[in-house]
Amino acid sequence: MARELWKGNEALAEAAVRAGAEAFFGYPITPQTELLEYMARRMPELGRTFLQAESEVAAIHMVYGAACAGVRALSSSSSPGISLMQEGLSYLAGSEVPCVLVDIMRGGPGLGNIQPSQSDYFQLTRSAGHGDFHPLVLAPATVQEAVDLMYGSFELAFGWRTLVILAGDGTLGQMMEPVEMPPMRALAVERPDWALTGAAGRPPRVISSLYLDAAELEESNLRLQAKLRQMAATQQRWEGFCVEDADYLVVAFGTVARIAQSAVRAARRAGIRAGLFRPVTLWPYPRQPLEAICPQLRGVLVVEMNGGQMVEDVRCVVRERVPVRFLGHLGGVIPMPDEIEAELAQLVSLSGRAALS
Amino acid sequence: MERSIVVSGFGGQGALLAGQLLAYAALASGLEVTWIPSYGPEMRGGTAHCTVVVGDEPIGAPLVRHPECVVALNLPSVDKYEPLVAAGGLLVYDSTLVQRPVERVGVCAVAVPASEVAQRSGSPRLANLVLLGALLALRPVVTLEAMGAALRDHLPERHADLLQNNLEALYAGAALGKGCVQARAL
Repeated sequence: MARELWKGNEALAEAAVRAGAEAFFGYPITPQTELLEYMARRMPELGRTFLQAESEVAAIHMVYGAACAGVRALSSSSSPGISLMQEGLSYLAGSEVPCVLVDIMRGGPGLGNIQPSQSDYFQLTRSAGHGDFHPLVLAPATVQEAVDLMYGSFELAFGWRTLVILAGDGTLGQMMEPVEMPPMRALAVERPDWALTGAAGRPPRVISSLYLDAAELEESNLRLQAKLRQMAATQQRWEGFCVEDADYLVVAFGTVARIAQSAVRAARRAGIRAGLFRPVTLWPYPRQPLEAICPQLRGVLVVEMNGGQMVEDVRCVVRERVPVRFLGHLGGVIPMPDEIEAELAQLVSLSGRAALS
Repeated sequence: MERSIVVSGFGGQGALLAGQLLAYAALASGLEVTWIPSYGPEMRGGTAHCTVVVGDEPIGAPLVRHPECVVALNLPSVDKYEPLVAAGGLLVYDSTLVQRPVERVGVCAVAVPASEVAQRSGSPRLANLVLLGALLALRPVVTLEAMGAALRDHLPERHADLLQNNLEALYAGAALGKGCVQARAL
């Protein structure tokens, strides 16, 4: 199929449609509104459900309800809207009901602004709601990757009975790039064996996150924890650029990773053996592959559009073996390749001194 | 090789559309491309701009600090991008609306009476196409034929009747741009 130019938000919506999304519930917020707007036209056209809820809280609970019936449901929002959804996300996690959610992050905290940001990293990977759980968090760097990850997201969600979050930022949502769209999938006809589909002729099923007995709730939690451990062991994904012989590693995700890639290219031209490590899954964090690269490194530079969040995961892996520097921009300011390059040069001189002493 | 182009103007002058058309033409020419708009409050007054990056390889950074080419549709855009355009870069602007000279040395500043020329092609709103034509004559990021094809394929349906006017404006701009090249050669 020919490549077409797609805007990130609209491409995500069409990819969800082609992946077999049956229902979308959402509430508009910049910079992801085009996703909802596209769905408002596209879903009814295919006889599927689109509903603009009265709020993000309502939207995510509609997703919860539809997903309890085994329906492939999704929602999308941006940072403040995700905060509002957290109660529902926790219920979905507690009852192991699968769904897909898109967060096109914007500057915060509070109302912040509508510019690109990555400051929901902690929220998405660590505390998407109360209680002990992690969603599976995917961070695309290009519009094509956003499409590909969305296309596979319902398989992940239903396969693991988990919440899958696609974490992008305003840049990814607003940008147009060439995309090859995957084929339209037929809608799932069979519902999972846990879904609430009407109990005629079979014992009723119960979906709940309520366990009043402490021992029972612990047992449910331990089951969930075992599943999360299994996900953590098998679902770590990353992409590398010039990593094989790299002395210095830039670690960045999403939009920042592609900006860093330009910086790595420039650093290579200047004679610095730099490489890029780009986590595709933010949870589980690709710790094993990063660990495998560590022994060859002389220094690490982490770049994020936040005050330093993913850098904590990187430091957990790298520990004190080599210097880990951090470059961050907040509030919608986007780092540029030249400043990443300058930071790399700093890192080289710093690590050089450390090696000499 | 990567090339970066910023198109900037008042909301409604067609800066974002001009950049999109360039991106469509680049894609159809087998190039890699990104297009990213300003989507902040400037959409509601002030300047709206977009950045187009075109290259042979997948594009890394979709934004640039110092664009190689700037197409400025109004005075605030010239004010903003005169200091930002890359050294040795190109600044094409509508001299019907911008009546001050560009003072920066080391960049190629090209004054095109775009609104006036556009008026002759049917509407001053075609100034974006005139400037795009001039840009392509001076920096052939894509061919004029590819740009013409992009216009035919992607001009919003409600403006389909204006295709000929758009093409005329594009080629008129290209002729003015070519004139500049020749003037410089002399």
